[in-house]
Amino acid sequence: MSRRVALEGSFAAAEAAKMADVDIVAAYPITPQTHIVERLAEMVANGELKAGYIPVDSEHSAMSACSGASAAGARTFTATASQGFFLMHEVLYWVSAMNQPVVMAVCNRAVAPPQNIWADYSDAMTARDTGWIQLFAVNNQEVFDFILSGFRIGEDARVLLPVMVHLDGFTLTHVIEPVILPEQEEVDRFLPKYQHPFVLNPDKPMSYAVISSPDIYSETKKAQDVNLRQSKEVALQVWNEFGDVFGRYYLPIDRYRCEGAKTLLMTMGSLSETAKVAIDRKRARGEDVGLIILHLWRPFPFEELYQAVEDAELLIVFDRCISLGGPGGPPFSEVRSALFDRRKDIKVVGLVGALCGRNLSVEQFEEMIDRGREIAEKGSKEIFETIGIRG
Amino acid sequence: MEGGFIKFGKNLVTKDELLSFGHRACLGCGLAVTIRLALKVLGKDTIVGTPAGCWSGVGSMYPDTAWRVPWTQTLFENSAAVMSGVESGYRILMEKGRIPQRKINCVAIAGDGATNDIGVSALSGALERGHDFLYICLDNEAYMNTGIQRSSATPYGASTTTTPVGKFTAGQTTQKKNMIEIVAAHDIPYVASACPSYPFDLMNKVRKGADIKGPAYIHVLAPCPTGWRLPTDLTINIGRLAVETGVFPLYEVEYGRYKLNVDRPKLKPVEEYLKPQGRFRHLSEREIEKIQKRVNEQYAKLKAKVTASAA
Repeated sequence: MSRRVALEGSFAAAEAAKMADVDIVAAYPITPQTHIVERLAEMVANGELKAGYIPVDSEHSAMSACSGASAAGARTFTATASQGFFLMHEVLYWVSAMNQPVVMAVCNRAVAPPQNIWADYSDAMTARDTGWIQLFAVNNQEVFDFILSGFRIGEDARVLLPVMVHLDGFTLTHVIEPVILPEQEEVDRFLPKYQHPFVLNPDKPMSYAVISSPDIYSETKKAQDVNLRQSKEVALQVWNEFGDVFGRYYLPIDRYRCEGAKTLLMTMGSLSETAKVAIDRKRARGEDVGLIILHLWRPFPFEELYQAVEDAELLIVFDRCISLGGPGGPPFSEVRSALFDRRKDIKVVGLVGALCGRNLSVEQFEEMIDRGREIAEKGSKEIFETIGIRG
Repeated sequence: MEGGFIKFGKNLVTKDELLSFGHRACLGCGLAVTIRLALKVLGKDTIVGTPAGCWSGVGSMYPDTAWRVPWTQTLFENSAAVMSGVESGYRILMEKGRIPQRKINCVAIAGDGATNDIGVSALSGALERGHDFLYICLDNEAYMNTGIQRSSATPYGASTTTTPVGKFTAGQTTQKKNMIEIVAAHDIPYVASACPSYPFDLMNKVRKGADIKGPAYIHVLAPCPTGWRLPTDLTINIGRLAVETGVFPLYEVEYGRYKLNVDRPKLKPVEEYLKPQGRFRHLSEREIEKIQKRVNEQYAKLKAKVTASAA
């Protein structure tokens, strides 16, 4: 029997790692990730979780130790945010190319300077070319479910890739919500013991990450790309099975009240729930608007996007990240690029906001939809607009 | 030579080669000799991690590899962190009964740049956390793989491509960072210096470092004829001279106790070590005197530590 408990996002993440029976946690503290690693350290200290806890000297070493532990055949978990995430960056590429299915909770936080600790996706978006699977959670239940299913997806023999589960700093990490926790036996049935086919093993000596000449490098990168793209099919299968076992079904893109909607808003993360209320209000006034929520950012769900916007004439993409000097926030520019050849008849408008944890109200989401329509009709001086900027 | 040559003698060394022939090392490479000897001691139940450096390309280039033990390349600065993960991963899997208990040597083999400079935080962290692993620093005293740029292990006066001999400065203007003492300050069970010119001493130390529970560190002076501007047949000679002049004393620190492994009654003049090497050819007599003075001081300091820790 599952049980419904009150958990902040950080504890939901730690609980998921515990129920996945991780072997190694290597982590370095950074706000707002600390509650996750504190809780895990407590679990290890209490014997609730039998794992090696490596309190490393930096995030670079955290991801490096995860890489080594994963290479030894251990199920491995870590968590970080913002600057720590950047310090890991070099190692992120390594872990994915080495086919090490590490799972990491990323507690999204803006980038300094100015120094800050609050949520946006400036950290997350820099990882889009690192070869990781990237999932964005809307609430604490999804944090738990994505971490648990993340292990299953990443460790699948057809995938063998690392997985990031993104949860918004503070708005999820530190906010208590009801979370349904499964029984351990259910989890054990869903998630088999980790078995990597190519571990560092003295009985089968192999060399890893050897130098490759230009003759072979392109082929390895192409293979990596194909592998990451194909992981979406596995994710779909795993989530289907997850739904059958736990009763909650997930998709790369969630649709909310999209029936007959000519105008769609696209969001990611916790603000999607605020956006839902805005959609409800507009629907109550008879407006034909709907919401699509992007869960799976990498591999990018092209097919699901095409389907989701099939009947729409306008797609307003809301971004919590600014691409300085670029074509708009990464989701906006990628969505627009994805639709460029497919849908000449759809307008895609980019709006950036809620940087560094700045709150966005339901009313502001309603205004954003109105402004999006206005831009679609009359155009804008800018490639994308930033919401709520003073001066 | 009290305490030396216990386990290894000429006829007792295995003929098994776990570093295969055919690798791409330069003629006279001090690193190749060291790795070959170390692997003879470590044996098959060993996992090696090596960062970017000469041995990225020398030991393995797809589809070839010279490593007959499981080997992984690591990033430049993270071999100690990666091997701490490998060690912890294996340990917990054994504790959980997922794999059978066995002794596996987790070994990081890294150059002086990867150790003294870019990887010092990862190394210090792994030592402090007490992982059961062996770290071997192969010190050839500069970034040789990228073309002889200075590192913090480059000795005073040595010319490199980034400490060239110019009108205003000539060679390295700073003193060699004493990594052995930095590591010893972590109070780990075993720290040693070694040199392939003293193969049995080196092998004994690798044995000790691998057997001892907890972190062990061996700092190997590995002559590099290419970077030191030295005839390739003088690798072993120059290593001997480094020890005999006191430039690179062979010693170990076992549970805090210092011991000199080669203690000559009288040190040879440093000039004998400096003269054969092109990287020092520009040094004036005054500069050589300065180096001699520094070597005398450092050697006396070391001897004082030996005496103090014996008491």
